[in-house]
Amino acid sequence: METLIILIKIVCTLTWFLLLTLYLTWAERKESAVVQDRIGANRASILGLRIIGLFQPFADAIKMVFKEDFTPPFSKKFLHNLAPFVSFFFVAITIAAVPFGDVLRIGGREIKLQIMDVNVGLLYILAMLSLGIYGIIISGWSSGSRYTLIGSLRGAAQLISYEVALGLSLIGVIMVFPSLRLSEIVNFQGQLLFGFLPKWGIFLQPFTFIIFLFAALAETKRVPFDLPEGESEIIGFFAEYSGLKWGLFMMTDFMEIIIVSCLLTTLFFGGWQVPWMAADGFHFPWGGEWLLPHGIVVFFQVLAFNLKVIFFCWLQILIRWTYPRFRYDQLMDMGWKLLIPLSLVNIVGTGIIMSI
Amino acid sequence: MLKALEYFFELIRGIVITSRHFFVNMFFHILKLVGIKTKRKGAITTQYPEERKEIASRHRSLHRLTKREDGKPRCVACMLCMTVCPSECIYIEAAEDADPEIQKYPSTFVIDIARCCFCGFCVEACPEDAIRMDTAELEFGSRYREELVYDLDRLLR
Repeated sequence: METLIILIKIVCTLTWFLLLTLYLTWAERKESAVVQDRIGANRASILGLRIIGLFQPFADAIKMVFKEDFTPPFSKKFLHNLAPFVSFFFVAITIAAVPFGDVLRIGGREIKLQIMDVNVGLLYILAMLSLGIYGIIISGWSSGSRYTLIGSLRGAAQLISYEVALGLSLIGVIMVFPSLRLSEIVNFQGQLLFGFLPKWGIFLQPFTFIIFLFAALAETKRVPFDLPEGESEIIGFFAEYSGLKWGLFMMTDFMEIIIVSCLLTTLFFGGWQVPWMAADGFHFPWGGEWLLPHGIVVFFQVLAFNLKVIFFCWLQILIRWTYPRFRYDQLMDMGWKLLIPLSLVNIVGTGIIMSI
Repeated sequence: MLKALEYFFELIRGIVITSRHFFVNMFFHILKLVGIKTKRKGAITTQYPEERKEIASRHRSLHRLTKREDGKPRCVACMLCMTVCPSECIYIEAAEDADPEIQKYPSTFVIDIARCCFCGFCVEACPEDAIRMDTAELEFGSRYREELVYDLDRLLR
């Protein structure tokens, strides 16, 4: 029975993850269109039914599946085929540690809405995100082209430098929160600050939030930081890929957006916490109460988590369509000379405030 | 450090501009979805095959040869259009007409649309107002080059 529950959880979570990824590609096209006063992809139709282009991701997927899967003759075949799967796998399993909601009670059984409640959940996600670098390095090197090699070296350098800022900025959060277990972090954020403000990470560590946002944006390798891909000068680590293998890299990109959104939500915006909602309903700080049955409370929690994640996906797409790309030296300067010192200052400041 | 702070505020200004575009456009999109008619649209896009912009009266579209009252081509095969054509896409063979007023008429008049650059010189050169570019037809693309060679039958209307 336990195994069955875990299997169901895995299937549901992966379905959620992949569907959100698919529709993020659609959302990216639509949102960029709305920002630029256009309409965006709206032609994909089934039997003349368009629904503002909601079938577009499936049309894209079908196109990608039927494209020629070309392996360049000068590439290292095995590694060339392996690289997209490495990239995809390490991002796809990070979702296992993300809490979608509190416990769900059905028939006397308590089900945690989280696949794997490990006590190092935060470190697990960071570690798996870092392992994604291997996909980049392998793909760039095994393609046997010097342009992909340049792309992968840029990517590795960028990810490693921003990994430091990412980790250091999270130390401030870890100091404030009682545990590395993500479910405990979220539970902790259910308390109230000064009696009315939810004790979310953003109110406890606003400075960390900004540093983490920048570092996480660099981790996703999208436009302000898209030097590894370099779409305009075609020095991308996946320049030699085509068809579904290229599609896997593309999906990895979008999955990283979702994972970063999940992390931002979980660490800084209270995960599945709805403001002033406890396990039995709302308790407003001005004295009102609105009690709700258990099922509806869990539904509200999952809904709140989803809305927060979607908001951050929206924000990241907006950032991607707003800013031009950094020059390479500016990128390195920002990582090593701005974000890392700031996060160190943040750690010291947090320590001082906590000891007072 | 101060410079970095300045850049940070500029970053925020940039994202305020794009998000303003997003929300204003979304507002008008939603109004349209609900069914409220507004003067302003959410996007400046013209949905081409369904919506078409009005073609200006001087727009140069597909050529046509004008007719006389009895249905014969107004063209007198003076070869002016053939001479002036910069892409040399017009080919005319003249023949003698029974009417002494007209004297010549084109037995073949071929325009290779694939070569035509739509400069409109032929229309300006024509002394008889026999060739015009006012059909307002813009979609005559084809998969085969032979289909793009328009002869007298297809031009005369």
